[in-house]
Amino acid sequence: MLTQEERPVLETPGEDPAPERKRPAFHLNRQGRAAHVFLIPWQLGFLLITAIPLFASLYLAFTDYDILNPPEWVGLENFQRMVQDEQFWAAVKVTLVYVLVSVPLQLGFALLLALILDRGLSGLAFYRSAFYLPSLLGTSVAIAILWREIFGDGGLINRGLALIGIDGESWLQNPSTALATLIVLNVWTFGSPMVIFLAGLRQIPDELYEAARVDGAGVIRQFTNVTVPLLTPIIFFNLILQTIGAFQTFTQAHIISGGTGGPANSTLFYTLYVYQQGFVAFDMGYASALAWVLMVAIAAITALHFLVSKYWVFYGDS
Amino acid sequence: MATEAITSPLPIRQRRIKSALKHTGLLIFVAFMVYPLVWMVVSAFKPADQILTEPGIIPTDLTLDNFRDGWHALNRPFSVFFLNSLLVTVGSIVGNLFSCSLTAYALARLQFRMRRVYFAITLASVMLPFHVLVIPQYIFFSQFDLVNTYWPLLIPKFLATDAFFVFLMVQFIRTLPRELDRAAWIDGAGPFLTFWYVVLPLMRPALVTTTIFTFIWTWNDFFVPLIYLTRTQVFTVPVALNSMVDSESQSGVGMLFAMSLLSLVPILIFFAVAQKYLIRGIATTGLK
Repeated sequence: MLTQEERPVLETPGEDPAPERKRPAFHLNRQGRAAHVFLIPWQLGFLLITAIPLFASLYLAFTDYDILNPPEWVGLENFQRMVQDEQFWAAVKVTLVYVLVSVPLQLGFALLLALILDRGLSGLAFYRSAFYLPSLLGTSVAIAILWREIFGDGGLINRGLALIGIDGESWLQNPSTALATLIVLNVWTFGSPMVIFLAGLRQIPDELYEAARVDGAGVIRQFTNVTVPLLTPIIFFNLILQTIGAFQTFTQAHIISGGTGGPANSTLFYTLYVYQQGFVAFDMGYASALAWVLMVAIAAITALHFLVSKYWVFYGDS
Repeated sequence: MATEAITSPLPIRQRRIKSALKHTGLLIFVAFMVYPLVWMVVSAFKPADQILTEPGIIPTDLTLDNFRDGWHALNRPFSVFFLNSLLVTVGSIVGNLFSCSLTAYALARLQFRMRRVYFAITLASVMLPFHVLVIPQYIFFSQFDLVNTYWPLLIPKFLATDAFFVFLMVQFIRTLPRELDRAAWIDGAGPFLTFWYVVLPLMRPALVTTTIFTFIWTWNDFFVPLIYLTRTQVFTVPVALNSMVDSESQSGVGMLFAMSLLSLVPILIFFAVAQKYLIRGIATTGLK
């Protein structure tokens, strides 16, 4: 039996309770008490795994720290060092080129294939699975190893080129093509944004297309005036997701270059450089500074995306 | 019929030809996309010296040597690495199911101060790059002498730090009819019983999606094990493959392919079995 006090009359789950009028500020009602029990893991995780490490790494960014000796405060030295660090700039350049080239290409393929597969093509399930499979495997070490062998000196590509009489050199040893092989790998994984596009396309009501046709719009006008505007929220969502992911590419770069980021820093992805500084050179102060720069950059770019989205993303009700 | 006439101005025969052309184009593209994978499978069964001399996918001599040699290429057999990976993966799944469902229920259904703040934090932490946390985490775990154990990989999963899944489950719980838990609540079941007997069973699709993606991500994960696992006997499969790459020689290509292929088998099985859930999962949440 519930006592009068415990009986949940006004507080049923999911309803906004009457604002905490009659209760003193610190009183936790029954749901509140329960919530704090349910949230014990999350709160511990937030504190120990997220919040404290976040601020600890901010502190370490201003220190010289090699894990064996206590951290030593050095002010802005790590950031000054960054400005003059050629490898840092190489890493910035590699990562930006990768994001700016591979994300639009990947999303372009995803959208194109989604449009082809949409609207009653038979065998949709088969094609969708076949195209999706690479994005499931794409970030694994195994596929990165496969890529090494495909683009290597005597790899699949060069063997194929040899058949038509072209003598290719290793795509991985050449600084001007090594990054391109990783861009190809990312484009190869277009299946996951494609599936999201397909789901988005399905949301567009047929009536809109019919109305457009009645108004005399051809296939192209239907695409530019119906499909594209209604799909912009999905394009935006995919863009944000893939951009954030691309900034953090690590496995592929590590495996393809054997952890060096070579040749000539051409695959020195930013996260690989953070890893090298933090866990190979054990220069953890500098690595923390590098990581914070990455985080601020990702936050700034995401914020920029949201700002610019006002001008091109169409939400039905506005 | 009227709409049919509007949608397809072309006569039926022309439409058939058009559709056949479309399928041919798509199938060629599929073949092109899948070719690297097929090449990998076939190469794993070829004598090592033939892999890089023949680009074709029709093998002449089949052999299991690559698997036999690759299995023992490092100073522990691959069975050890597979078991390690399995342990980490199963542990991570249990951790995520446990911690994320508790968190999601509280965020979706219970009223408490800070609810909005907590939810906002969860959303924001989805975007937080892991690299900004990993150095202090490493220092923390190494102070407790937990390097070369699986605790640094598993503890975060039991503490609901995979915010993606919390978000996924919150969204899912919000679609469940409130009357159900309201009824349980009025019948005298407290929040814990309501969660356990009413909400959790209804959450099955979200739990399945979480299981599948945790499996794939953990199985493929390389960065975290690379940092924490430095002794061969605790290697997971990706770290073991990486150390095979480091010691690669021309004769090692076959072994590398064979072991890489084996490392993908569990994912391929999962893909085959759980495709429906996978596609639905990414379509609704954008998970990779």
